[in-house]
Amino acid sequence: MAKDWVILAEDLTKVYQMGEVEVRALAGVSCNIERGEVVAIMGPSGSGKSTLMNILGCLDLPSSGKYILDGEAVETLNDDQLADIRNRKVGFVFQTFNLLSRTTALANVELPLRYAGKVPNKKERALAALESVGLGNRISHRPTELSGGQQQRVAIARALVNNPAIIMADEPTGNLDSKVGKEILELLLALNRDNGTTLIIVTHDSSIAAQTQRIIHLRDGLVEEKK
Amino acid sequence: MNIGQSIIEALETLNGNKLRSGLTILGIVIGVGAVIAMLAIGQGAQDTITGAISGIGTNLLFISSGNETLDVRNPKPLTLGDAQAIADPFAAPDVLAVAPIIQGRSDVTAGGQTMSVSVTGTTPQYFILQNYSLLEGDFLTQDNLQGNASAVVIGPGVADKLFGRRNGVVGETIRINGQPFRIVGLLQSKGGGMFGSQDNQVIVPFTTAQTRLIHRSVMNEVDQLYVQVVSAQAVPLATDEVKQILRQRHRTPVGVDDFTVFSQADFLSIATTVTGVFTIFLGGIAGISLLVGGIGIMNIMLVSVTERTREIGLRKALGARKRDILIQFLIESSLLSLIGGMIGILLGWFLGYIVGRIAAASGNPFNPAISLNAILLATLFSAAVGLFFGIYPANRAAGLEPVEALRYE
Repeated sequence: MAKDWVILAEDLTKVYQMGEVEVRALAGVSCNIERGEVVAIMGPSGSGKSTLMNILGCLDLPSSGKYILDGEAVETLNDDQLADIRNRKVGFVFQTFNLLSRTTALANVELPLRYAGKVPNKKERALAALESVGLGNRISHRPTELSGGQQQRVAIARALVNNPAIIMADEPTGNLDSKVGKEILELLLALNRDNGTTLIIVTHDSSIAAQTQRIIHLRDGLVEEKK
Repeated sequence: MNIGQSIIEALETLNGNKLRSGLTILGIVIGVGAVIAMLAIGQGAQDTITGAISGIGTNLLFISSGNETLDVRNPKPLTLGDAQAIADPFAAPDVLAVAPIIQGRSDVTAGGQTMSVSVTGTTPQYFILQNYSLLEGDFLTQDNLQGNASAVVIGPGVADKLFGRRNGVVGETIRINGQPFRIVGLLQSKGGGMFGSQDNQVIVPFTTAQTRLIHRSVMNEVDQLYVQVVSAQAVPLATDEVKQILRQRHRTPVGVDDFTVFSQADFLSIATTVTGVFTIFLGGIAGISLLVGGIGIMNIMLVSVTERTREIGLRKALGARKRDILIQFLIESSLLSLIGGMIGILLGWFLGYIVGRIAAASGNPFNPAISLNAILLATLFSAAVGLFFGIYPANRAAGLEPVEALRYE
């Protein structure tokens, strides 16, 4: 049976121009990720893992190379099309949660649906997403009234509300204590188990990486080895 | 993203920073308030002036010496002879009555009180022409005129000042330039008019005025001729007749009249032009403060974009397009200016009202008028200010790279 690749990246490079100096953040990275896989991207700081995640998450375009996300050739798209891809195919979970502080949990979760155009039952879907992360009773709380773990749960609900092809988590437990961090990781892994959501976790914590199916090690902009 | 939701969201954002939003709105409030108040005051002034001009009657002509538009050498002064010629019903069938007037200022005294008043020398026809009514006594008569009589009709303001009463002044004597005059009539108050208050004047027979009070170089010279036309419709016809007569009498070259005939319509159009310019001038000055308010909006929106860089990055990561971010910030800046505009309209209305009250209290009643046009103009203009000054910050927000924006501390 042919493998169902959700991410097909070939020879991705990213070059930043810092004044006179060219910085090669990615020097030719190829990686394929199957639908339903849980992958960790690891590497020391400066290894290019954030750059890789930005490109895989369609926040940024590679300087060269080919990238196909869920059947769409990303490098040919313009800004608005990229925004559309991010909206429909990618869910982000950030280290610092990045919730809108003045709006309620429900409105925060609803936000991606609002940018998605005509979506029926926005409220119900946002509500369902919040319930699936165990915050059905906190819908009208503002982020400042929630604990760190709860905020990250809201962020996860926001990431999955649009049924994305992949969820990208950038150090999702970095700002949480280890107990809450474990719960959040459990939640993410449960989403993968129950819904088959593809999960990419960027981390430098090897205990987290150990719970994934595959680790991509990056060093100096290159893939080092694969487990 | 739907607009209704965007507006609610923008209101929440503005509400989240009450002091800052309030101060920004204040700039627009002052700008729009000033514009509205100035337009209202200008409009009120225009209404008052045109009202006063309308009050002098639609069937009057005013003739004076000299030409307003052409430079005429040695214009001949108007004389009593001109007045008589115009009064000739065969030469000018559309003229009903003519009153020559000669005017000056003099001190009048009575019982130790002195005041400076305008002295008008004229004929009995003036009474009908000016639509006067009397509190007591009679107007000047033909006998007064022919007899060079020392008779005078006084305005109510003069009676107030000199006698402190408005009854029983007929028969009293006042001195004009030291010469005694007997009061034969007391005019009813007419209030302020186009040529100043008509209440502070005295009227004497033309003959008396020219021989004893107001000296002119030419025999029987008059300052102005007031002409009453048979009807308002006949004003153009009468104007032509009067012009023909005067051209003949003054032997003017073709096309170079040495006199000017004004009708009420001419006065109205001049007054409207003058007050219109005045209103635009005031509104323009007030408009500068609106501009300053707009720059205030731009300033705050730029600060807001910088502050919310991460939020913008996040929204972009969640799928917001350039247009979504652009609209979000434009709605915020437009709301700021629109709210400011609405409060400004109220403030302007209030300012206009205060000015009207002050004017009324100081004896010059005048109603600042806020037209629907002014309100529409102010609302549209303030919204446009918000949009215009919001475009640059909004564009800046929309153009942020999501990666950069998310990384921004």
